[in-house]
Amino acid sequence: MTETTVTYCDRCGEEAAAVDHTACRAARELEPPRYCAQCRRRMKVQVVPTGWTAACSVHGSPTDTPLP
Amino acid sequence: MSTSSSSVLDRARTRVLEQGLGLEEADILAVLQLPDADIPAALQLAHEVRMRWCGPEVEVEGIVSLKTGGCPEDCHFCSQSGLFSSPVRSVWLDIPSLVEAARQTAATGASEFCIVAAVRGPDAKLMQQMRDGVAAIKAAVDINVAASLGMLSQEQVDELVDMGVHRYNHNLETCRSYFPNVVTTHSWEERWGTLKMVRDSGMEVCCGGIIGLGETLAQRAEFAAQLAELEPDEVPLNFLNPRPGTPLGDQPVMDPKDALRAIAAFRLALPRTILRYAGGREITLGDLGTRDGLLGGINAVIVGNYLTTLGRPANADLELLTELKMPVKALSATL
Repeated sequence: MTETTVTYCDRCGEEAAAVDHTACRAARELEPPRYCAQCRRRMKVQVVPTGWTAACSVHGSPTDTPLP
Repeated sequence: MSTSSSSVLDRARTRVLEQGLGLEEADILAVLQLPDADIPAALQLAHEVRMRWCGPEVEVEGIVSLKTGGCPEDCHFCSQSGLFSSPVRSVWLDIPSLVEAARQTAATGASEFCIVAAVRGPDAKLMQQMRDGVAAIKAAVDINVAASLGMLSQEQVDELVDMGVHRYNHNLETCRSYFPNVVTTHSWEERWGTLKMVRDSGMEVCCGGIIGLGETLAQRAEFAAQLAELEPDEVPLNFLNPRPGTPLGDQPVMDPKDALRAIAAFRLALPRTILRYAGGREITLGDLGTRDGLLGGINAVIVGNYLTTLGRPANADLELLTELKMPVKALSATL
């Protein structure tokens, strides 16, 4: 499996290494990702009762890669 | 228990538990102001009221967003407004996915499936999507279909009735006096107007709101009293989940004790209404709070995810209901 490069926080869109994303990690337990972790584009996200899907217009659907 | 606390709960026992009448606004406020030590007694009384006037069944519902984001309204709590710098993008759910969501909801034992759209009111495209979607669900899934599409015209109300939508959700969100602090693009009275049309159409009325928007306790009591005046079939009770990019994004999550007081107070204001746990309960009350609420007046839950955020797994709620010996209301009991 190809490793996805995590450059940006998928919750707040800020650079992953630039600031502390502890709060984002906690919030993500009850939120789908909103930003593409590779390019920080806002993704199209659909939440349904039993799950969610997300898609970046350039990078497609993310694997649920955790922040470093 | 303090004298003033005991007097309001004594009055509630007589008026609400024995007579089935809702508390009046001054006493709703007194419940919201109870000292911490009296919260268990208030929840216990609210639970007795729920059991006496509603019964042990719990109504289970799933919700899904048919049209997400890009809303022209400025509801300050909502990440779906197109007027704020929220990360939520506009997206439509296709009909096969809508039917699948209904099927998965029904598989949990839920009797309700609510289709929601982030709009001021439905346009022709959305009404067509509703016609197609409701027909497809009714052909494939055994579940009641509800809708939440914003403000309606009389013609749209009639169309929804014709489609077989049995309940319509339109939240007042907060009390009349605080509403202009939360929404400026339409009025509380406009929402009330839609609710009256829905009531007159024969559809069931689902109307609640969000606690913790910055309203005072007096305004929280005002809200409960205004809901009681409306006499809705269902009141969904949300607790603010501050969303990034919205005007209320930095609002603190409300104190869980205040949330429990609100649950008791709303049940004592609305003894015969379906009182549903909705969004924000996970971050406000945690797992323990879900149990406290179900033993404190709540008799309905949204299972699974919400519109843009995630909820507890449906199984966690269903297992809790089993443990509490609270049967899930069967679809046949709602028809």
